[in-house]
Amino acid sequence: MLFYTPTIGLNLKKEIIVDKNMVEKIKANPSYQKLVTERSSFAWKLTITILVVYYAFILLIAFSPETLGAKLVAGGMATVGIPVGVAIIVFAFILTGIYVKRANTEFDGLLEQVKEDVAKEMK
Amino acid sequence: MFKVLSLLLLSVVAVFAAGADLGAGTKADELNVPAIIMFFIFVAATLGITYWASKKTKSASDFYTAGGGITGTQNGIAIAGDYMSAASFLGITGMVYLKGYDGLIFSIGFLVGWPVILFMISEQLRNLGKYTFADVTSYRLQQKPVRILAALGSIAVVILYLIAQMVGSGKLIEILFGLDYEFAVVLVGALMVMYVAFGGMLATTWVQIIKAILLLLGSTFMAIMVMAQFGFSFDELFRTATEIHSKGEAIMSPGGLVSDPISAISLGIALMFGTAGLPHILMRFFTVADAKEARKSVFVATGLIGYFYILTFIMGFGAIVFVLGAEGGAYLAEDGVTLKGMNNMAAIWLAHAVGGDYFLGFISAVAFATILAVVSGLTLAGASAVSHDLYANAFADGKKVDEKKEMMVSRYATLGIGVAAILFGIAFEEQNIAFVVALAFTIAASANFPVLFMSIFWKGLTTRGAVIGGYIGLSSALILVILGPVVWTSILGNAEAIVPYKFPAVFSVPLAFIAIWFLSITDNSEDAQRCKDEFDAQDIRCQTGIGSEGAVSH
Repeated sequence: MLFYTPTIGLNLKKEIIVDKNMVEKIKANPSYQKLVTERSSFAWKLTITILVVYYAFILLIAFSPETLGAKLVAGGMATVGIPVGVAIIVFAFILTGIYVKRANTEFDGLLEQVKEDVAKEMK
Repeated sequence: MFKVLSLLLLSVVAVFAAGADLGAGTKADELNVPAIIMFFIFVAATLGITYWASKKTKSASDFYTAGGGITGTQNGIAIAGDYMSAASFLGITGMVYLKGYDGLIFSIGFLVGWPVILFMISEQLRNLGKYTFADVTSYRLQQKPVRILAALGSIAVVILYLIAQMVGSGKLIEILFGLDYEFAVVLVGALMVMYVAFGGMLATTWVQIIKAILLLLGSTFMAIMVMAQFGFSFDELFRTATEIHSKGEAIMSPGGLVSDPISAISLGIALMFGTAGLPHILMRFFTVADAKEARKSVFVATGLIGYFYILTFIMGFGAIVFVLGAEGGAYLAEDGVTLKGMNNMAAIWLAHAVGGDYFLGFISAVAFATILAVVSGLTLAGASAVSHDLYANAFADGKKVDEKKEMMVSRYATLGIGVAAILFGIAFEEQNIAFVVALAFTIAASANFPVLFMSIFWKGLTTRGAVIGGYIGLSSALILVILGPVVWTSILGNAEAIVPYKFPAVFSVPLAFIAIWFLSITDNSEDAQRCKDEFDAQDIRCQTGIGSEGAVSH
């Protein structure tokens, strides 16, 4: 059993009891379904993206280290591997930013909708 | 309480005085006065914070999670602080100094786990858990066996990690402050017990935040000083470094660190999933108010950790130029090749080379603070596993345990872990401890992470699958590390390792997942059906956080 005191809407101070009946209702809620499918597909896509980037980098090191060791510009000292490595660090950070931005706007909006619907059901 | 703290401060002074006396007659280096003064300021400030935090730490929720009142940004800095341990500050800079580009490969491996934690488990943890990650794994499974497994996994990781930190810190403090090894270990142990036992999560978090900011400022200063010498031209820095380093231009390319693909992939799995199974990291997600703050924490932490790793790369190259290339080999040991002190001292001597005695003192004090902050987090995670998972849940047999008693138990557990850490720290002084970090990460990846992941995402998980699968992950991690190069050849002295990988996660992690899956689908017990039936309600809470707000308020 789960208890929830909603603070949204008209200051409802009623405990929501998520019993079997409520579980079915929430599962059938269109906002909830949209939230779950979109968020999980987004999270998986981003996870696969970072894994592909990281393991591509690792495989490049293992099989073709000379690619990363090539000079960036003729006569310079920096190698291709340095901007690539720094780019992976920056890319990882940007991915977290992309996720947080979408979660804060779209997913949290859907979540508020679900909570409002649940609060209505409880009346 | 205040008396106890001032007494401790006095005893710290006494330890230093005693250490100085003994140090003069024994092997320790001369006392580093600016470092000691700055360290005292840090200890006094953190004990003040502990005193303040102890006044606010009244309930179990305050003790374990600072009452859930840490903001996302604060928590992100604290998480980054947990990750920027002395091992990564000194270790990664030291690796860049020795091997150049390979150091960057290692830091990338440490970093890429963070986005995955954000996408897959940070919000889920916040929504499902209360004080420990076992709250999540035992949510719909049988409390007792699942809690015991999680507590064993947590305590094993905490103790192994503590051994590494204690031994490293003892040696570091011996060199930096001229204190004896045993004094240093006892001092670290005593301070961490004080922070945790009296100040709980609130003090532990603030100590970590202050240290993280000091470390980032110090590192930024060093990196800027290095770059300023070269007119902020990386090409000039690299050119000078390759002229000085014995490996020449080879330091600009991938070297021997990642030689074969399997060990590279295995290392990646251990670092990535291991991070997502470290109890002292996972517990930080319970200190924020909700899922929104949890995700913000990871965003902040990833940014700070990434920035810090870029700094370590610059500092490592800077150390090649200013430490290795210093006139007359000022920072080199008598052999003229290795650094004074221990191998990992590149960052420390660089501080002296670019900032003089006072900046060396500052960085030494920050390194000490780093150790204190990280061991405190570890101790709190271990104590929570004992008091919350074992005492209040696994062995309470469904009876409600008085919160005051639970907090007493966690304080005793803190003391117990502190004493154990000191004893292990002294016992392992002369041992080869390279294996403990590999083992800690492999256990976290093979025992803690698979059970946690499956309990959140897989409806079909049953108690039998989680418990036996988890133990298979734990024991295979243990066995494979013992048969691997760090224990089998380096410590036991055998000619060739039976398992050629330092981090055997590529075998133990899939094994754990397969065992959990197989033992769950073949489980036809009544309890198995109940576990599956209760998944939907769990998933709703996991997805929406409905119920988790109520769980925190008291």
